[in-house]
Formats: sequence, C-alpha cells, structure tokens
Amino acid sequence: MRYIDEYRDPQTAHEYAELLAKITTRPWTIMEVCGGQTHAILKFGVDTLLPDKITLLHGPGCPVCVTPVELIDKAIEIARLPNVIMTTFGDMMRVPGSSTDLLATKAAGGDVRMVYSPMDALKLAQAHPEKQVVFFAVGFETTMPATAMTVHLAKTMGIANFSLLVAHVLVPPAVEAILSAPDCRVNGFLAAGHVCAVMGYEEYIPIAQKYRVPFVVTGFEPLDILQGITMCVAQLEAGRAEVENQYARAVQREGNTSAKALMTRVFAPTHRRWRGIGEIPLSGGGLSAEYADYDAERRFGKVIYGDETASECLSGQVLQGLIKPDQCPAFGVRCNPEHPLGATMVSSEGACAAYYRYRKGHTP
Amino acid sequence: MTAFDHFSCPIPINEYPQVLLAHGGGGKLMNMLIHQMFRASFPHVADHDGAVMPMTGKIAMTTDSYVVRPLFFAGGDIGSLAVHGTVNDLAMCGAIPKYLSVAMILEEGLPMETLWAVVQSIAKTAHDCGVSIITGDTKVVDRGKGDGIFINTTGIGIIPHDLTIAPTSVQMDDVVILSGDIGRHGVAIMAQREGIEFETTITSDSCPLHIPVMALVEAGVRVRCLRDLTRGGLTSGVCEIAKSGNIHIHLNESAIPVADEVRGACEILGLDPLYIANEGRFIAFVHRDDVSLALDVLHRHEATAGACVIGRVTDGRAGMATITSPIGAERILEMFSGEQLPRIC
Repeated sequence: MRYIDEYRDPQTAHEYAELLAKITTRPWTIMEVCGGQTHAILKFGVDTLLPDKITLLHGPGCPVCVTPVELIDKAIEIARLPNVIMTTFGDMMRVPGSSTDLLATKAAGGDVRMVYSPMDALKLAQAHPEKQVVFFAVGFETTMPATAMTVHLAKTMGIANFSLLVAHVLVPPAVEAILSAPDCRVNGFLAAGHVCAVMGYEEYIPIAQKYRVPFVVTGFEPLDILQGITMCVAQLEAGRAEVENQYARAVQREGNTSAKALMTRVFAPTHRRWRGIGEIPLSGGGLSAEYADYDAERRFGKVIYGDETASECLSGQVLQGLIKPDQCPAFGVRCNPEHPLGATMVSSEGACAAYYRYRKGHTP
Repeated sequence: MTAFDHFSCPIPINEYPQVLLAHGGGGKLMNMLIHQMFRASFPHVADHDGAVMPMTGKIAMTTDSYVVRPLFFAGGDIGSLAVHGTVNDLAMCGAIPKYLSVAMILEEGLPMETLWAVVQSIAKTAHDCGVSIITGDTKVVDRGKGDGIFINTTGIGIIPHDLTIAPTSVQMDDVVILSGDIGRHGVAIMAQREGIEFETTITSDSCPLHIPVMALVEAGVRVRCLRDLTRGGLTSGVCEIAKSGNIHIHLNESAIPVADEVRGACEILGLDPLYIANEGRFIAFVHRDDVSLALDVLHRHEATAGACVIGRVTDGRAGMATITSPIGAERILEMFSGEQLPRIC
C-alpha cells in the first residue's frame, strides 16, 4: 500500500539500525513525547533494532492518560443528569475516574456516546434540541483545531444546547516541565509529527537552546522513528542542540496557520492539572472569553480539584519518563487492561497498554 | 433469478405493516406468522414441538446468536450471517452441516417487510449451504427492549472421518494456513455505522466454508485444527488455539494478506486488521508435509482462493503466540481487551 509500505521496509530499517550502531559512541537517552509513537515503537519492535547504548523513554503524550481524575468525575456527573448526552472519543470511555468510568456510566443508564469527531457531537445537538449535548474535549494540539472549529460553528449557528468540557493540553509546557525536573535523564526529544503539523516547530527552538537538547520532529511509521532517532543521535554526538524536521512530508516550520489562528481565537492558555504529574503552568487550552458561554463548567458547575491520592499506580513516573511501564511492581500483576490501576493501561496511546499488548514480559 | 426471487411477503402488509406483540403471543396472529411466513419459507420445519430425524455416527452440534447492527450490510444481512456463522462453526469441527434451528426475538414495531427480507435471506442461504431448517421459535419483545431482530441458530452436522480436529491435536512444526485476506466483515459493518459512515466498496466476507474444509479432509490433508476468525479477528483465533493447545504459534505479519481498502480504513480509524472480525475466513493447522496439497485444494474454491501460509507451531513459550513485525522484529500477539467495535456479528 502506497505511503505505508515504503515506511515499513525491513531492508531500509536494518540499514538505519546499522548506521545508528556506527554513529553511536556514547549512551544516550531519547524521549518520544507522543503515545502514538510509543505504540509504533513497541508494535513494530523499533526498540529491538537500536544499539544497547540508546535508551528510549516514553513521554507524557497521551492526552487521555494525563486528564485529571476530577475532570473525568465531572464528565461522569454530567452524563448521569437527565436530558444530557455526553459525547467523547472512544478512548476516553474506559479511563477510570475516582470510582467508575464513562462506559460503566453508560451501562447504568447515562446517555454517553462515542464520536469520531466533535462535529458529530454538534450534529447530535442539532438533532436533539431538547437535550444538552456536551463534548468532553481531550487531546493535544492535534485535536484542538477540530474542537475550535466545532465551537466556532456552534456560536455562528446559534446552537445553544451544546457545550464543551475542556481537557485540552499543550505539548511544549509539558516538555519544559520534564526538562526542568532535577532528575531529568532525557538527552534529546522526538517531537510529535502530528502536533507539529498543526503548530509548526518554532516554539521548540527556544526550549532546545535553553536546555541544550536536540529536538527532531518525527513521524509515526517505523522508518520515520528510526530516522528521527538517527538524526537525534547525530546531533547529540556532534554536540548540537537544534530543532530538525524528519517529518517534512507533513510538517512545515510555521505549521497550519489557519488552524493556529482559529485556535488562538477560541482557546486561551490556562493552568492545567496533569494526572500523575501535577499542575503545569499555562499547559492547558481553556475557552477564551469570546466562547466562554460554551464552557460546560459554566453550565454544570466548576471542577473541584483535590489532592492527588496516593496510589499503587506509578503512571505519573511513567508519563515523565522516570520509569518504564514494566518497572512498575503492579504491571501485569495487579494492573492490566481489564483491571487498570491507571489511565496509561487503558488508552490506546498509553505506554503501559503498549507494553502489555506487545511485550508483557516477553523478551524478543 | 433464484428460486426465492418471486416470493413476496405473504402476511397482509396493509393489515399488519409492523410486528405486534400479538405476533409472539401464541394466538391467531402468531399462528398466521408461523404458517404463512415461516413454514412457507422453511419447508423442512416439522409440524410439531420438535424435529425428529435419523442419525448415525459422530455428530457435531453448535449454537450461536446474532445481533449485528445494521441488519443489512454490504455483502450480507443478519439472516445470511445467522446461517453462515453456524454452518462455519460446524465446518470448523470438520462436520458436514445438515440441520439448523432458527429462533428469533423480534422487537415490537419491526417492519413486516424487514422480517420477510430476513426470513427469505435465511431460507436462501440455508438452501445454498445444503442445510435444512427443521425447527424454530419466535418471540416478540416490547418496543425498545430489542433492536429490531435477534436470531439464534443451532446447527447439527455429521462427521464422516476419523480426524480429531481440535487445538489439542496441533503438533510441533505444524503449519498455519490462513484462508484469505482479513478484516473485510468488520470494515464493511463499520462503514455503515451511525457516526462513522465512510464510503468504501468493501463488502463483508461472510460465506460458507464447509465445502473447502471438507475438500481438505477428502484430499487426505492431515488437518489438526481449524478456527473461523470471527469476533476478535485473527489474533483471538491464534491466541485461543495457542492457549487451549498449550503450544507456541509464531506468525509472520508480512505474510498476512489485507486488502488495501481495509488497511486504509484501519489506518484512518486507528484499528489493527489483526483484530478485525471476519465471517468467511479461517485458519487451518496442517501437517508440514501437507502444506502444498492443502493450498492446491483451497485455491480451487472461490472462498479460499487467497489461502496462504502465515506461520507455524514452534518451540517458543507454550500457551502464547508471537509475530514478526514488517520490519523484522518480534513481539507477542495479545488478545484485545474490551471491544474494538460493538456488535459486529
């Protein structure tokens, strides 16, 4: 299949592996920020082709995993109300809140519906004017343009029975939070190609300079990732700390300017709590004053954040790259996809789910 | 033109455009439905509380319920699926399907024309598969308590050979043959789902498999185990056999055929074809010396024309399956947790 098979070619993959082995002289730790890349790495076994000196750490790039418990509890609380249709992406349905999840809420009679696009939620609002339709908006800068367009259309078309429970998060503040942690082990980053397709990569340049770490904007196929790692190692070996673009077939330096313009209008940066990590300043996208009427927290009450309760789940450390999923004592023992202790074991982008599904103690 | 094309719904549609609770109530309306629709369509149904038929030797029996939504999809409908699914379960036991029961749970308000179309589909599919529908049942539930129509079919088949076709028969070095490309049924259903609809020319692979399976047996292929790849797709079939046979199965992902359109849909929706449902595909574990004979036989049948070798039984950890990824690295194959898609069969 064109545009897929050429990026999964075994011969080229092994050529990259040989090149990497040749240029790597020192141990390097590289973090892929995006959970989609984590899954591709585990699914295709990209990590098994790397020289021993290179360690891949998996970053916080799973928006479902970092959505705080209190926001999920709020979504569940709203979904239980009569005359409400709660909509969200499929991944969000099984993520545990403090006592239950949205799928169980649906089974208990709540009207919870999976949608593939926020526009489908808006269509539901049009079709059910007697109901309040709420879209639980999760995602990084990748899904924010679609949310922005949807709420903009709702406002333009005067659809008043639609609102957003916003859990959007931003990548650069999270990367800075990881880099500024005292025990940070990361030498270089693979930046998420799809985030950069929207945002461009200029915002990573000051971070690369400030912390002296290279960034390589990287795609999602196995050869993309191998090439991204090779470019990152080449920078590290040469003592460079620049922002380079491996994913040039999809990413331009300035990103998608019209999407960014709409996002800037609809969203305003806000402090956001990350599950397992804590609050990161200005790391969330909240609705701007112009669109604040569409904020579900205005209609159904504000989310009240408590202290994170201590838990056996170490997903916070996994999300910060401090440990790998199989280093958690509960992994595969008391925590599995059927009985997850944390969101990283549930989401299709969660690092623990990837390890469980593709590795689970099996050493290839 | 088939023998079934000239029929039209025998229930007076003007009087009863929809199924009523009384159609399952045991009275005159139910009697009319049974006699004018079911008996007219299923000529082998016994006029009694049960069917009686002679039988000798080893038999296989299986049952399955069908709740697919939408009721009609590209390449089939709930009626054809209810026959193919049970016929194929018998085929996977190495049996020749002979008899089916059909039990339907109808939702009050179901259009009579829809019921007629499904009943006709069941009758035609059973006829094409060479199985007789010999007994049945109908119940009607309140509007909102069903989803149009649910069907249960139970099948009985005869086993005319001495092979023990089961996971415990699989042996070291046996070869895994896949009967064709995977993922068509799941993608065809998904393409018509409310909220996901997308345009595709993919049709369900739903079809009967007993003829190519019996051809394998008749040709003398040492068939150890068969499994049709329905819910959970290829992965579930392989993992289940690894577990129940306590063997290690290793697959080669690059050898597994997936149509470009199925791959494309999966890439867009974030799904893995290895987990997508099929209704006309199976895997066969055969003796390694019989592989080319098995492929020759399968390639002579339309339903299995794409058969190919995808893996073998190896000396890895028993009870689990592994797969070589397209870039040549190895990983485990793990069954899916939860559901990738609701109600596809």
